Amino acid sequence: MSGNHLRWCPPRRTASGPQCCRPVIEGRIKEGRLSSEVKKTETYVEKPKPLAELRAEIISGRTKAADLATGYYDRIARVNPRLNAYLSLTKGRALEQAERVDALAAKGDPLPPLAGVPVGIKDVLVMQGAPATAGSKILEGYRPPYDATAVAKLDAAGAVLLGKLNCDEFAMGSSNENSAYGPVRNPVDTDRVPGGSSGGSAAAVAANLAVATLGSDTGGSIRQPASFCGVVGVLPTYGRVSRYGLIAFASSLDRVGPFAANVRDAATMLGVIAGYDPKDATSSAAPVPDFAAESDKPAEGLRLGVPAEYFAEGLDDEVRAAIESGIAALKAAGCTVTPVSLPHTRYAVPTYYLVATAEASANLARFDGVRYGYRAPASESLSALYSHSRDQGFGAEVKRRIFLGTYALSAGYYDAYYLKAQQVRRLLAEEYLRAFAEVDAIVTPTSPAPAFKLGEKTGDPLAMYLADIYTVTASLAGICGVAVPCGKTKAGLPVGMQVLAAHLREGTAFRVARAVESARL
Amino acid sequence: MRQKGNGEERRMAAKVTVEDVERVAELAHLELAPEETPRMLHDLNAILDYVAELNELDTSGVEPLAQVTELLNAATGELRGDTVLPSLDRAVVMAQAPETDQAFFKVPKVIER
Repeated sequence: MSGNHLRWCPPRRTASGPQCCRPVIEGRIKEGRLSSEVKKTETYVEKPKPLAELRAEIISGRTKAADLATGYYDRIARVNPRLNAYLSLTKGRALEQAERVDALAAKGDPLPPLAGVPVGIKDVLVMQGAPATAGSKILEGYRPPYDATAVAKLDAAGAVLLGKLNCDEFAMGSSNENSAYGPVRNPVDTDRVPGGSSGGSAAAVAANLAVATLGSDTGGSIRQPASFCGVVGVLPTYGRVSRYGLIAFASSLDRVGPFAANVRDAATMLGVIAGYDPKDATSSAAPVPDFAAESDKPAEGLRLGVPAEYFAEGLDDEVRAAIESGIAALKAAGCTVTPVSLPHTRYAVPTYYLVATAEASANLARFDGVRYGYRAPASESLSALYSHSRDQGFGAEVKRRIFLGTYALSAGYYDAYYLKAQQVRRLLAEEYLRAFAEVDAIVTPTSPAPAFKLGEKTGDPLAMYLADIYTVTASLAGICGVAVPCGKTKAGLPVGMQVLAAHLREGTAFRVARAVESARL
Repeated sequence: MRQKGNGEERRMAAKVTVEDVERVAELAHLELAPEETPRMLHDLNAILDYVAELNELDTSGVEPLAQVTELLNAATGELRGDTVLPSLDRAVVMAQAPETDQAFFKVPKVIER
């Protein structure tokens, strides 16, 4: 509860709408210095230390949590001007927490599981007193008065919350180019996108601007950027992690999940944030296993399914080759591999874009210039206040999706679009349930191609949607999955394998992902 | 997989018109500048043409799946008790609003005298 350490910064409002500037940041990041000095395609990749190692250092007092946090802020000050991963920093709260951890360690008291671990939070999850923009101008200046449950759980586990991470506006996008605060650059190759919508969360881990981060995944927004940036990303089962305090996009699909540099740390993070929350009626009461311990179990004997539909036309040859090497490694680790059939896969993207936009059109109705964020000046009527504020506050992709969703739900079209999509959604979900009666996990590429160049797809929304082909099915079915690095292209771009498992079987997905990681492809 | 034969009716192929875009803008409380309308029209038609692929599937008798909790074998928690619990402080919440009189949100006048 140290939100009062944050400097209050009133939103700037002008007649032409809110200014599209980065929210004011505590301990101000110096901009531009690095970007002029470095080669354009320089990589910023650096691997964070594993959690277990950091923990041992902090317990022994060899590393002070406060020094660790300061070190991370120094690196952020150097690297963030080029990557644009963080939108705002929460230094006051972070250093206070770090000092608390150091005091406990000095007394020799037992430390909570993430004591002193520097983490970052996607800016769609609220932190008390810190800016919460959701990558949108419409929320500029908003400082939520409470913590999201996932944030509160990290805080209670001793994590040091460094700041808020850039993302596509309202988590709508696959490249982070829809952020009103500018795109994030991929640390592997800064001419390329980090993926989206949780681009800042993935890039921050890849560039060691945090040891682990939180993101959200509605149609692939954790798995795809994890794959593009070469880190581990987790899609927990629908309901596994509370969404209280998550700025909603599509409520029947939205999940909160972690990013980390390795599978075991991702599993540890999930263990901390998972569990029933009375503040989220969709959260699951199922017991939370020790996911880190689950991830330590060998994958030997697990039955894996490979769906031909995920290796069809449109898959990049180098991605295919990398995933095939991964599958070979899993066989070598003692897994059995059999073909499975998921014939409705090709209908998943249209189904997803109807369901998600319909829900988004309802969820985003709350941004109306009345209760928080941006209000258009000098509106002559209440109706004009709503529409001016929304027109000036929302970006092009958000408007496009609200239009599509409103159209699909409107009188005369509801049955043809929304209802039809919900029926196909059942067919897709049942297809997975049938497959999981035969196999323990399904392995696929996460994305049909590696990270693309900035600007490459911004002109064609449909092409951008089609790139979500491998991730949206699991979103619609509510099942869980892990995106794990699985080799690289010749140009050095990371490839990610997607390991999918049945509802509440994250442990199985972690075991398989761990075996892929151990193969060092 | 149940696929329809060729020649079946295509219920989704409706073309979006300028009038549709204007009607949706009104429903969604959004504005479109005149120069934005052709682009929105083009994008919506392209996306709707694409989603019309769903018409290939025969979904008669398929129960719509609105959300997946039912597939999780009753793993969701009980609904919490209907009890009054402390909530956010009103002043703290109102402080985030663009315009208030401390007790209420202020908006342009709705009812004419």
